[in-house]
Amino acid sequence: MTISLNVNGISQTVEITDGNTPLLWVIRDLLDLKGTKFGCGKAACGACTLHIDGEAVRSCSYPVKLAKGKTITTIEGLGNEENPHPVQQAWMEEIVPQCGYCQPGFMMATAALLDKIPEPTDADIDRNIINVCRCGTYYRMRKAIHKAAELSKSIETVKSENDA
Amino acid sequence: MPNNKKKISRRKFLVRGGLGTVGVVAIGSYIFRNPIRRQILGMANSMDMAYMGDTGNPMLWFEITKENSILLHSPKVEMGQGTFTSLAQMAADELEVPMHLIQVVHATTATGNIDGMSTGGSTSVSGLWQPLREMAATLREMLTLEAAKKLALQPKDLVLDKGTITGGNKTLTYAQIAEGVSEWDVPETPTLKSLKDYKYIGKPIPRVDLGAKVFGDPIFGMDATMPNMLYGTVVRPTKIGAIFEGADISQAEKMPGVVKIVQEPDFVGVVATSLTAAENAKNNISVTWKTPNNLNTEDIVAMMTVGNGKSTIIQKEGSALDEEEEEVVSLEFRSPIGAHAQIEPNGVLASVEGTRATIKIATQVIGLTRKEVAERLELDEENVNVIPTYLGGGFGRRLHTPHAIQAAVMSKAVGQPVKYFFTRQEEFQHDMFRPPTHHILKGKLNNEGLLEGLEHHFVSGDVGNNSAMIPSLLPTVLGADIGAIRGGFIQYTKIPNLRSTYWHVTLPFATSWWRSLGLLANTFAMESFIDAMAVKAGKNPVDFRLAQIEDDAAGKRLKAVIQAASDKANYQDDIKEGRAMGFAASVDAGTPCAQVAEISIENGAIKVHKVTCAMDPGVAVNPDQVRAQCEGAIIMGLSAAMHEQMYVEDGTLKPTIYGPYQMALMKHAPKEIDIVLLQGRDTPGAVGEPPLGPIGAAIANAVFRLSGKRLQEMPLKLV
Ligand code: FES
Ligand code: FES
Repeated sequence: MTISLNVNGISQTVEITDGNTPLLWVIRDLLDLKGTKFGCGKAACGACTLHIDGEAVRSCSYPVKLAKGKTITTIEGLGNEENPHPVQQAWMEEIVPQCGYCQPGFMMATAALLDKIPEPTDADIDRNIINVCRCGTYYRMRKAIHKAAELSKSIETVKSENDA
Repeated sequence: MPNNKKKISRRKFLVRGGLGTVGVVAIGSYIFRNPIRRQILGMANSMDMAYMGDTGNPMLWFEITKENSILLHSPKVEMGQGTFTSLAQMAADELEVPMHLIQVVHATTATGNIDGMSTGGSTSVSGLWQPLREMAATLREMLTLEAAKKLALQPKDLVLDKGTITGGNKTLTYAQIAEGVSEWDVPETPTLKSLKDYKYIGKPIPRVDLGAKVFGDPIFGMDATMPNMLYGTVVRPTKIGAIFEGADISQAEKMPGVVKIVQEPDFVGVVATSLTAAENAKNNISVTWKTPNNLNTEDIVAMMTVGNGKSTIIQKEGSALDEEEEEVVSLEFRSPIGAHAQIEPNGVLASVEGTRATIKIATQVIGLTRKEVAERLELDEENVNVIPTYLGGGFGRRLHTPHAIQAAVMSKAVGQPVKYFFTRQEEFQHDMFRPPTHHILKGKLNNEGLLEGLEHHFVSGDVGNNSAMIPSLLPTVLGADIGAIRGGFIQYTKIPNLRSTYWHVTLPFATSWWRSLGLLANTFAMESFIDAMAVKAGKNPVDFRLAQIEDDAAGKRLKAVIQAASDKANYQDDIKEGRAMGFAASVDAGTPCAQVAEISIENGAIKVHKVTCAMDPGVAVNPDQVRAQCEGAIIMGLSAAMHEQMYVEDGTLKPTIYGPYQMALMKHAPKEIDIVLLQGRDTPGAVGEPPLGPIGAAIANAVFRLSGKRLQEMPLKLV
C-alpha cells in the first residue's frame, strides 16, 4: 500500500507491503532517519518516541497505516545545530547524555510535555516522563527539563515583544 | 528505631537462618600463600592491567587532516562513560592545540591501535593516561623537529600555538608541516607537562559527543547501514540450557521477503529483505530443543548458598571466629539475578565478501570480536575489519559478541551484508547476567565496642571466569573469580582477625560482568553488617568506621572520603521530619567512595530523596564527567538495589520486558545528588564503577534507622 505522510515538514510517500509495520521501521529503514531509536518494540521504554500531530507517540507500537496523512516530527526535525529546540539547548547546557541512546526519546517526550504544561512541576515531570534511561541520567534530565521550560518562556517573551 | 544505643541481642541478629543452619567451613586454599597469585591478585584488584595496546607509535594514534584537525583513534570505546572527552583533553594539552581541533574516533582493527584489554573495568582514562599523553607529546616534538627543518631554524626558536608553529616571520599549521613527510625524526619520549600547566585536563569541558547525541546523529551500532543490506535473525530458545537439535523450515522458507534460511550445526537463522519479514519467518520455524531442566528460582537460590562449590580464602588476618562463642553475631544477605537492560540491544552489521569481512558493531572487545569471526569463517584476522560504533550502553554486556559470528555466517551464505540484532525478549533471556549472591557476615566486638573479628563468606556465580576480558590464565592461577571478589575484601584493616572467603558456583545459565561486578552485592552485605555492628556497639556509624581503618596510604584516602561524605551530608543518626540517613563506604579498583542516602517511607515504599557522595578518583581529568558517572552509578545502583530482579520459572528466565523488569524511572531518582571529589593521588584512577558500591547499603542502613528493619535482600522492599 502507498502511504503519504509529512515528516519533519517534508511530504513523503512510502510503499509498504504490510500496513502493520511499526512506524518506527518506516522512519528508520525507509526514510533513513536514525535518530528515533529501537529499544524494546513493545511500548515499554520510550526510546522510539516521536510526535504525531503534536502528540508524543511510541512509534514501535504504532502501525504505519494509522499515520496516513499525519504530521510527524522526529528528533531530526525538532531542531538542529544552528537552531536547536529549547529542549536540545537545555540538554546541551546541562550536559545530559551519557551513552545517548535513550536521549532522543526523552527529548521528544519533554518537548511534547512542555507544549501542554509550559512550566511543569517535579510532580508533572514524574508523572509524564516515564521513559527508561539505563545510564541513569534522570538527575540531569530533570534539571534540563526545568531549564528548557525557562528557555521556552524567554523565547515566547521575545516573540510577543516582536509581535507587539 | 531512633534510639540506637539499645543493645541488640544475638537472637535478633539471626533473622534468617544464621550460621547454625548454614554451617560455614572455611577450608579453602589461601590465596596469599603463593607469591604469584598474590601478585596477580594485586594487579587485578588495582586494575593495573588496564591497557594492552600500542605505546610507541604516534602514527597509530593520530592523523592530521588537511583542515588541520587531529583525529585521535581511540583504542577504547565510548559507551557513555565520557572517555572520548577525557582523551581529547589529554591529547589537546600535550599537542598544544585547542580542544575543537581534536576529533576522537574509534580505532578500527584496520586503522590500528587495538587494546587487548577491551573497554571495561573503569580503566579507560587511567589506562591511557600515560601512553596517550606520551604519544601526543611525541607527536608534538616530531612536528617541532620537522618545522625546524622546513623553516631552517632551531627547535628552540619555535613557538607552538593552537595547532601552528611559528619561527622567524613564518607560521605553519600542523597540517602544512606534516604534508608530504614520509620520514620523521622521532625524539626520545619527551617529559610530560606538569599537572598545573594543563589547560584542559582537570576542567569540566562539555562532552565532545554532545551535539551528535542531542541532534540524533546515526552513531550507534543499530544505526549502521551498508548498500544492499539485508536483515537477519536467529532462532533462540526460551529455556535455560536448551540445545538446538534441528528445525523444520518448510513453512518459513516460502514466506514473503525471505531470502534464505541459514542452517548451521549450532543455530538456524533467517535472512530477509526487511526486519518484519525476517521476524515473521522466524516465528514460523519450528525448532526442536533438548531442554535439560525445568529450574525455578528456589533451585537457583539453593545452589547459590555459602558452603556450595569450591572456596578460596581471599583475605586472612589473625584467627577465625569461634562460632560457638556467645558474642559472635552473624547476618545473611542475598542479591538476585540482575540484567544489563542496556537500551540499545545487541546488534551487528556484517559483510563478508570472499576472503574479507567488515563488521560494524557496538562491542567492548574489538580484538576478540575480530578473532572469533575470523576463526569461524576461517579468514585471516588481518582481513576482518571490525569497525566499532558508539555503544548505546555497555555495562559489561558487550564483552561477549557471538552475534557477530552469526551475522557473518549469514552474510556469507547470502553474499550480501546482513544486519542482525536482538529483540528485547532475547536481550532479557539471553543476557550474560549479574550472578545472584549469598553472603554470611560474622563479627565480634571487643570491650571497647570495636570489632575484634570480622568475616565475610560469600558465594557468587561466574563473573570473570571464562571471560574474554581477562587472560584465561588469571582465574585459574588465582583460584578466585576476580570479578566476583570485587568489593569482597574487608576494608577495616585495623580489625585484628579477618577472613574473607569466596565460594564459587557455576550456574546453568550465563553470568558475567555487570558494571562494578561483585562490588554492589558485596558492599551491600558488608556495609549493612558494619552498620548493624555499629548499632550493637552503640556507636555512630561514621566514627565506628573511621576507628577501624589503618593509617596507611589507602586507609587515609578511605577515611578522607568517609569524613567528607559525613560532613557534606551533615550525617546524623536521628530521624528528622520523617527522614533518616544511611551511611556506607567501599573501595573499588583503588578508588574509595562513601555515600549517605536520605530516605523516607511513603505509603509503605522507600523513597530516596538525596544522596551525598564523596569519592577520591585521583586526578579527575574531566570533573564534570566524573560527577556524571557518580550520578549515573548512584541511580543505576539504586535501580538494582531497590527494583530489579530476574526470576526463573519452569526453566525460563523472566521477565522479558521493561516494566515487569522493574527499573528506576525519573520518579525514583533522587532529586538531590551532592558530590564531593577529593584528589588523594596525582594520577587518574577508576571512576565508572566505584560509585556503584555504597548505594545499596546506604539505603538499607537508612531504612533501618527509620523503621528498625534490617533489610537483607536486594531488591530492598519493606513488605
Ligand atoms: S522501542 Fe518503542 S517503547 Fe521501547
Ligand atoms: S543515556 Fe544511556 S540509556 Fe540514557
